Amino acid sequence: MEAYISLFVKAVFIENLALSFFLGMCTFLAVSKKISTAMGLGIAVMVVQTLTVPANNFIYQTLLKEDALSWIGITGVDLSFLSLLSCIGMIAAIVQILEMILDKFFPALYQALGIFLPLITVNCAILAGSLFMIERDYNFGESVVYGIGSGFGWALAITVMAGVREKLKYSDIPAALQGLGITFITAGLMSLGFMAFSGIQL
Amino acid sequence: MDKETKKVLFEPLVDNNPITLQVLGVCSALAVTSQMSTSLIMALALTSVTACSSAAISAVREHIPSSIRIIVQMIIIASLVIVVDQLLKAFAFDVSKKLSVFVGLIITNCIVMGRAEAYAMKNPPLQSFVDGIGNGLGYSLILVIVALFRETLGSGKLLGFDVLPLVKNGGWYVPNGMMLLPPSAFFIIGLIIWGFRTWKPKQVEHNEFKIMSIAHGEGGHH
Repeated sequence: MEAYISLFVKAVFIENLALSFFLGMCTFLAVSKKISTAMGLGIAVMVVQTLTVPANNFIYQTLLKEDALSWIGITGVDLSFLSLLSCIGMIAAIVQILEMILDKFFPALYQALGIFLPLITVNCAILAGSLFMIERDYNFGESVVYGIGSGFGWALAITVMAGVREKLKYSDIPAALQGLGITFITAGLMSLGFMAFSGIQL
Repeated sequence: MDKETKKVLFEPLVDNNPITLQVLGVCSALAVTSQMSTSLIMALALTSVTACSSAAISAVREHIPSSIRIIVQMIIIASLVIVVDQLLKAFAFDVSKKLSVFVGLIITNCIVMGRAEAYAMKNPPLQSFVDGIGNGLGYSLILVIVALFRETLGSGKLLGFDVLPLVKNGGWYVPNGMMLLPPSAFFIIGLIIWGFRTWKPKQVEHNEFKIMSIAHGEGGHH
């Protein structure tokens, strides 16, 4: 249990996908103008991440890993080069299914998240979650915790960023630095703040 | 080279740079730039994937039903990335270890998808290929600039050669460790954007809210 908690804390703070690996930056910079939309997107990412990382873990561990096919009697086959294709296919499929389920059973939530869901397929934080899971060879339990943690960390980062940018609207910034420029520098300062966690040993 | 090709090839360098103006493909630009060698390999990988995928998608653009075009694009891009990934593992294993997941993340790099969607779906293969190279070069330019600053200031080296002699080796330069840490990449790109937009004022984004200028002097109404 302790290992899971420390993995969770590590995924949220120390290895924050947005601020220490710069993942999902395109959406992070583009959709962080308002706290409410940022939070909606953050929650959507968290849900998708929680579903896709374990699903990809299952596919990887039972089909693609070296000798993983030994349960049907095939040995010595290493299909791990296919993992990129299977990961992105899995993500696209889960996002599509999630969209249909939400549309059918939770129309209110679907309305709220609507536009963000399809965008999530190409959010690199989602794919990176699965690729890190493969690289670090997590087992199924760990992959569930890592999925929740990394999604939550990303949601936290984008919400905080949106909060800062809402305040920033009223400040007097040099013309050429307005918009994207100052957003980058703000993100840098936030990332510097998150670096403070990096010395923590769990 | 005719005028049109030239425009398609060179416009993305400064005038329509994918990173500083279109805000595409930022993730990897920040993450792999702590060393020049990884940035160069990454730039090369991305440029070739963008060019080839644009050409391939453009070649089949009339046969893709629009409802499943994203999935078709994804599969073409993912297959190309697998080829690049395997090539790197075979011929440049050390760099591929350092790049870790970022080679795989070319799949979701918005530049590749963005060019496929915005350009290759509407233009013939050869032009799309050139457009892919152009945007790849725009991305590479930013990557090289960022890596130049981060590697020289952070470790006093460039591509493994000593540029600034370090204090611990008897030189005069005290390395700035922060340059090797992630936040510095944000600052450098922010400053590059500042520079680009001072140079090309057309790219400036204006605030939704104007700061009211406070009237100076007596009764000055602005």
